Amino acid sequence: METIQKRAGEDVSDELSLVQAAKAGDLEAFSELVNRYDRNVFRIAQHITHNEEDAQDVVQDAFLKAYQNLGQFQGNSKFYTWLVRIAVNEALMKLRKRRNEKTVSLDEDVETEEGSIPREVADWSPNPEQIYGQSELSDILKKTIQGLPPGFRTVFVLRDVEGLSTEETAEMLGLSVPAVKSRLLRARLQLRERLAKYFRSRKNGDGQREVQ
Amino acid sequence: MKCNDFLKELTDYLDGTLTEGTKAELDEHLHWCHECHVVMNTTKKTIEIYRDNQIYELPESLRTRLHQAIMSKCKGAKPGKKNA
Repeated sequence: METIQKRAGEDVSDELSLVQAAKAGDLEAFSELVNRYDRNVFRIAQHITHNEEDAQDVVQDAFLKAYQNLGQFQGNSKFYTWLVRIAVNEALMKLRKRRNEKTVSLDEDVETEEGSIPREVADWSPNPEQIYGQSELSDILKKTIQGLPPGFRTVFVLRDVEGLSTEETAEMLGLSVPAVKSRLLRARLQLRERLAKYFRSRKNGDGQREVQ
Repeated sequence: MKCNDFLKELTDYLDGTLTEGTKAELDEHLHWCHECHVVMNTTKKTIEIYRDNQIYELPESLRTRLHQAIMSKCKGAKPGKKNA
């Protein structure tokens, strides 16, 4: 099958020169970098924090920190990879504050077995998203992904929503490649399991497990 | 191949990153195992639904406000000062 990927941060030809100019104090150049990636950073922050106000703060803080720390950016990774790493850390800090906990981390709940073994094996309707209106669908998707542990949904968002590679995701999160793969599999299976109750085929009457 | 072995490879199968040999084994399993076929198809659909329906788009008016706020904060800061 074709790979399910949508890329961000691919247009690197002039990116390094923008970064160099920004380092030298060229605000126009930095403004262009903000324009390129603000939507991505906002989406990632929203997915992690579940809170629009926090996500707005994360976007501002992440870009400001990036600007202040441009001297540490070596250019051996993409600017976008470096920026997202900053944004993910800021978003996790917001989540911790919001929950008033010290323990929110990418490892949270990682040992859970929930969703690792598929229980729901009824097929879905041919075009499940057409069963619902756009705003209803959006609510279902939000509610479903918000139920995942932060470590799972962060990996899912970076890999499957933002279209980053396993290696880039590992670098951004400070995880090993096998750890990213393991979290991604479980995130995908858990989301599938939870979406099934909305999307499974109704053709057999009540949507219960079909006779195999 | 058992269903559990199939599940372990599911992510690489969906990402198209398996060797030809392993992919052929998985295809063979899918050919006769209806349950794994459904799990594979609905997992693929799960990814596509989240990819195609961006649930957290940044509204243009908010985007403009955030951009102005970021640039105004940057004006008061020095680029790369942490390493200067």
